[in-house]
Amino acid sequence: MAQKIYPDAAAALDGLLFDGMTIAAGGFGLCGIPERLIDAIVASGVKNLTIASNNAGIDNEGLGKLLRTRQVGKMISSYVGENKEFERQYLADELEVEFCPQGTLAERMRAGGAGIPGFYTKTGVGTQVAHGKEVKQFDGPNGPEEYILERGIRADLSIIKGWKADEVGNLLFRKTARNFNQPAATCGRICVAEVEQIVPVGSLDPDCIHVPSIYVKRLINGSPYDKKIEFMMTRERESA
Amino acid sequence: MMTAHDGNTNGWDRNQMAARAARELKDGFYVNLGIGIPTLVANNIPEGMTVTLQSENGMLGIGPFPYPDEVDADLINAGKQTISELDSTSYFSSSDSFAMIRGGHIDLTVLGAMEVSEGGDIANWMIPGKMIKGMGGAMDLVAGVKRIIVVMEHNAKDGSPKFIPACTLPLTGRNSVDLIITDLGVFERPDHGSPFKLLEMAPGVTAEDIRSKTTAHYVE
Repeated sequence: MAQKIYPDAAAALDGLLFDGMTIAAGGFGLCGIPERLIDAIVASGVKNLTIASNNAGIDNEGLGKLLRTRQVGKMISSYVGENKEFERQYLADELEVEFCPQGTLAERMRAGGAGIPGFYTKTGVGTQVAHGKEVKQFDGPNGPEEYILERGIRADLSIIKGWKADEVGNLLFRKTARNFNQPAATCGRICVAEVEQIVPVGSLDPDCIHVPSIYVKRLINGSPYDKKIEFMMTRERESA
Repeated sequence: MMTAHDGNTNGWDRNQMAARAARELKDGFYVNLGIGIPTLVANNIPEGMTVTLQSENGMLGIGPFPYPDEVDADLINAGKQTISELDSTSYFSSSDSFAMIRGGHIDLTVLGAMEVSEGGDIANWMIPGKMIKGMGGAMDLVAGVKRIIVVMEHNAKDGSPKFIPACTLPLTGRNSVDLIITDLGVFERPDHGSPFKLLEMAPGVTAEDIRSKTTAHYVE
């Protein structure tokens, strides 16, 4: 069987990057972002990328690093706050942004990965998001309702961050770090995953795999991770 | 415990608006709360009532903020704040999360808004000419959740009405709002073909106060 484990992110991306390509990235805010792979894409110097990702990182973190080096031509995202460099490039027309409702973005990745080129949804009907899109009526609980046609996303490359994987690429996420990593894993021609631990085949429960190995083509152990927190909130312990 | 009548004779404050929204909850509900005043609804869930909060980044059963030694970067809410889990919590992907939302499985959502029209349109995601941050999950929520509650100030900072005949800002959703709670009162409509009706007024607020501060048509 082909070896999937690579020594580092640069090796795992070798031969996969080209100017003008489309990349689907997992993560929500800074939670569950493929930070080693993003760093390696920055170092590669590849340009004019289209990136489908729910968010665009923050200044100097996550995809914010690729924005700073001007390697991104277009973002497909639902929310891009918390990023001053993004704002500067966007307002200066240096960066194209396709705003996509969060659920539509997740479903576009899921559909792309499942071989579904388009789907109808109520999300965005009657808004700017519907501009230029086919509208079709379907019967709903309260009579005919309008739906818009959205397209599945097929990316040249998916980059995701998992918690654990076995040596053949069966992969698990941890808590809310799953987010867009699961649908993103399916919609790339090739998915490269970084994880915190690679464990022997047979040590993961087959009933509890989040991403089956078929999707994960290349794998690295990216530890140690210094996970960033955007908004730290805590409560006091009640004194006894 | 917050009550709706603690000395404020000029309408409800943010907590009181959230407490009023919490009165729309029912035992067993699955609920998604937006950022801002809607988040405060979580502090007003009646004792003994089980309400499960959904976070659109992939979690059902949101717990309170964590103790300092239990903070986990892999455990955040949709506002990217650290949170904790409950014994009943489940995690899932963004596509499963929005399948839940878009499939009509969430009973109720509470959202903020910049404008609501008399026909139930809602605008809460962008102001032309300003930096656009994006709609996040708001368009999915207003299109998919069974009941849409808006909590907002009755008037903008410059005094202009926010419950108006037609939205001037780009829409988040068309004909989607079921109930509006402002600092002055509550408007409800039984279905999406009916006009809003003034259901109640905050303490010290008169029907004339509301009339003079509203341009939307509604039934009194």
